[in-house]
Amino acid sequence: MPEPTSLVQRVLRHQLLWPVLALFVLLLVNVVAKPSFLDVRMQDGHLYGNLIDIVRNSAPVMLVALGMTLVIATRGIDLSVGAIAAIAAAVACTRIIGAGDEAALRTAVMAMTYAVVVCIVLGAWNGLLVSVLGIQPIIATLILMVAGRGISMAITDGQITTVNNPWFSDLASGFVLTLPLAFLVAVGMVLFTALLTRRTALGMLIEAVGINPEASRLAGVRARTIIWTVYAFSGLCAGLAGLVIAANTNSVNANSLGLWIELDAILAVVIGGTSLMGGRFSLAGTFVGALFIATLARTIPNIGIPSEVNYLFKAVVVIAVCLLQSPKARALLRVRRSGTPTLANGAPA
Amino acid sequence: MTQMRTPAGTTSVPAAEPQPVIEMRDISITFGAVRALDEVSVRLFPGEVHALMGENGAGKSTLIKALTGVYAIDAGVVTIDGERHEFSSPAAAQAAGISTVYQEVNLVPNLTVAENMLLGREPRRFGSIDVREMNRRARRTLLHLGIDVDPRTVLDEHPIAVQQLVAIARAVDVEAKVLILDEPTSSLDADEVEKLFTVMRRLREEGVAIVFVSHFLDQVYEIADRMTILRNGRLVEERMVADTTQLELVRLMIGRELEVLDRLDRAAPTTGAGSGTPLLTAVGLGRKNTLEATDLALYEGEVVGIAGLLGSGRTELARLLFGADTADTGELAVRSHTRRLRSPRHAIDRRIAFSSEDRKAEGVVGDLTVADNMLLALQASRGWLRPIPQGTRARLVKDYIEALDIRPADPTALMRNLSGGNQQKVLLARWLITEPEILILDEPTRGIDIGAKAQIQAKVAELAAQGLSVVFISAELEEVLRLSDRLVVMRDRRKIDERTNDDVSVRDVLEIIAGETRSEEDTHA
Repeated sequence: MPEPTSLVQRVLRHQLLWPVLALFVLLLVNVVAKPSFLDVRMQDGHLYGNLIDIVRNSAPVMLVALGMTLVIATRGIDLSVGAIAAIAAAVACTRIIGAGDEAALRTAVMAMTYAVVVCIVLGAWNGLLVSVLGIQPIIATLILMVAGRGISMAITDGQITTVNNPWFSDLASGFVLTLPLAFLVAVGMVLFTALLTRRTALGMLIEAVGINPEASRLAGVRARTIIWTVYAFSGLCAGLAGLVIAANTNSVNANSLGLWIELDAILAVVIGGTSLMGGRFSLAGTFVGALFIATLARTIPNIGIPSEVNYLFKAVVVIAVCLLQSPKARALLRVRRSGTPTLANGAPA
Repeated sequence: MTQMRTPAGTTSVPAAEPQPVIEMRDISITFGAVRALDEVSVRLFPGEVHALMGENGAGKSTLIKALTGVYAIDAGVVTIDGERHEFSSPAAAQAAGISTVYQEVNLVPNLTVAENMLLGREPRRFGSIDVREMNRRARRTLLHLGIDVDPRTVLDEHPIAVQQLVAIARAVDVEAKVLILDEPTSSLDADEVEKLFTVMRRLREEGVAIVFVSHFLDQVYEIADRMTILRNGRLVEERMVADTTQLELVRLMIGRELEVLDRLDRAAPTTGAGSGTPLLTAVGLGRKNTLEATDLALYEGEVVGIAGLLGSGRTELARLLFGADTADTGELAVRSHTRRLRSPRHAIDRRIAFSSEDRKAEGVVGDLTVADNMLLALQASRGWLRPIPQGTRARLVKDYIEALDIRPADPTALMRNLSGGNQQKVLLARWLITEPEILILDEPTRGIDIGAKAQIQAKVAELAAQGLSVVFISAELEEVLRLSDRLVVMRDRRKIDERTNDDVSVRDVLEIIAGETRSEEDTHA
């Protein structure tokens, strides 16, 4: 019975269904715990409220996860993003301090540009190790994950560097069109990446390389260039994330800035439905995944989870979401419920 | 320990009227939008070899997987000894007496023959495995089947054929009522096939129902009693082998596509090209441990066939011509410009195309759509910044789906859901879309069905007639001879002969390969 796919079926089969559902459930839990959780109010032309905080706080993870999505699509992984974020922050902050006019717009723009360029170079370094030297991505990026912290420590002389530039802090706390600037930057990057990959052939070629590298090579795909590009792009994204984080506190602590953000980013990618095996990727999924991670971070204090167990709580939620997404686990659940496993519509004998 | 009759008591089978051990009625299975099986019915009788016939993509594998519990059935009924069954897993099917031996032997290579045969059912003594008893039991089973193997030897030491027999021995040792052999003979030589058939006959006498899937019609006629013919996921007919001629069978299998074969015979060998300057010249092209220095010239509009056994260097030569591997000696000139091909990309820019023999590992990008797979090479050469315009895309894909008769004719279908023959056509389209001047095809028809094979051969002949130069490699000499204008024979990683293909016979080629004719210099008048 090949019936035409109805709207309901299309929704049920859509790969975004589970991430969106998980996000929705998480919000619901918050509302139950605290009915005013979703309240958003207008003040001085800006929106305020938990939801606004969530979208603002999601910006760093969203940025990092964006670059990570493309890296993962090529069968890679980038563990160095946290360290790169720290380097970006360190470079920007020391540049701002060192500039003649610390509070000028020009200073902020120059410092951030400089930091971002450095991060692209660092990403390209990762790309070099992976694509030219053929080192396994997890090892190749582990190098910078460790060394990067050292580099950022060296840049800041191991001090917590504090800056005083209103333009720079606007990156985290500013509002444009009533919405947080940080979130808009992240969304802007998501849209830019979507255009870049889907309106050109880049997305298809990235997927081809991720699914079957040898077939792609024989079809003439410049896999090396593509892999190089995605790591450099991941560096860029990580750098932007580092700037947002630093702008939030107007300071940089090379030791802790962006620590473990790579894991949150990988989680966001996976929750969004992109397989760690490489191949097809979903930027929309990553977007939702990053929002989920940010919501989860907000949920923990809101529903009164004691801080000692918050990592544990996070782990449990993540496992639950991953199980929800696994077709195998869902099938098992279904079996439990209905008793018998097979034959969707077995005709009576 | 051993199994297994049906759980709920064996129904007594009336001796006179044969009753099928297994009956599958109106089985349907759908994958996404593709209906892989459409109300197919099959009956398996005890003591019969039942051949499952059909082209690739006809639904044979799907049917087997439905029977063995790998795929869940969407609609239809399976009865075993008259009782309805629903298999939720391969283990459940096995418990019901259905054993399968797949094409690739899935045993444990570094265990002994006996250990493999009794894996998971080892006899125990004082809590540990009783090796002596295990060997004794294995030997008894092997002897019973007439397989001459020492059960104490490690499986790995034996050729594939013997491993296959061990797999069968293991399968029947669990008291199978039904034994499914999926392409068991594809990697066996004639003697080994005979051994396998001896074992099959013995099992048949004991009342086992054997399902036999094979591409080799002669083998089917030698061993099978009854056959079920499938086409495009539908049942065509159930027939007794003795009442069906081979020609009839082929007709039933490929239906209307038989015309393609007829047409091909007329299209065969094109004009003896080979004049003017060659399009591609290789002088002393070689690579260490891969290919000895080889010369080759390819002229416009000609088909050069490369014959030779597996490992003779035919694939290696093709890879060097394309830059898939880099040559370390010799020169390659395309249109008299000397080039060093450092990568496939280089070759593609020189309008050379290469379809690899390893379709799955080196051709198919499974999780992308048919359309993306077709356009991959063209898109790669345009670079990612210049996507192929939507209109051109749609037109190219539609044209090639029609021209090569690709099924399903759905550009958005995922490549991995296509049958081997259709995947091969998509790969051919991938290269034709790049409008090459030189097309290197390595085993383009291996493992695909007659219909698709004929279509691909016809396309090659047609393209050569239009001026395309083709290097055609195939293990099937008939095919090479039918298509080529010129023939290159390889052995032991070097070219041993080259001649114009005027009435060269398979026998001639075999003699050359076997080294029974004169050397290169004094052949070829």
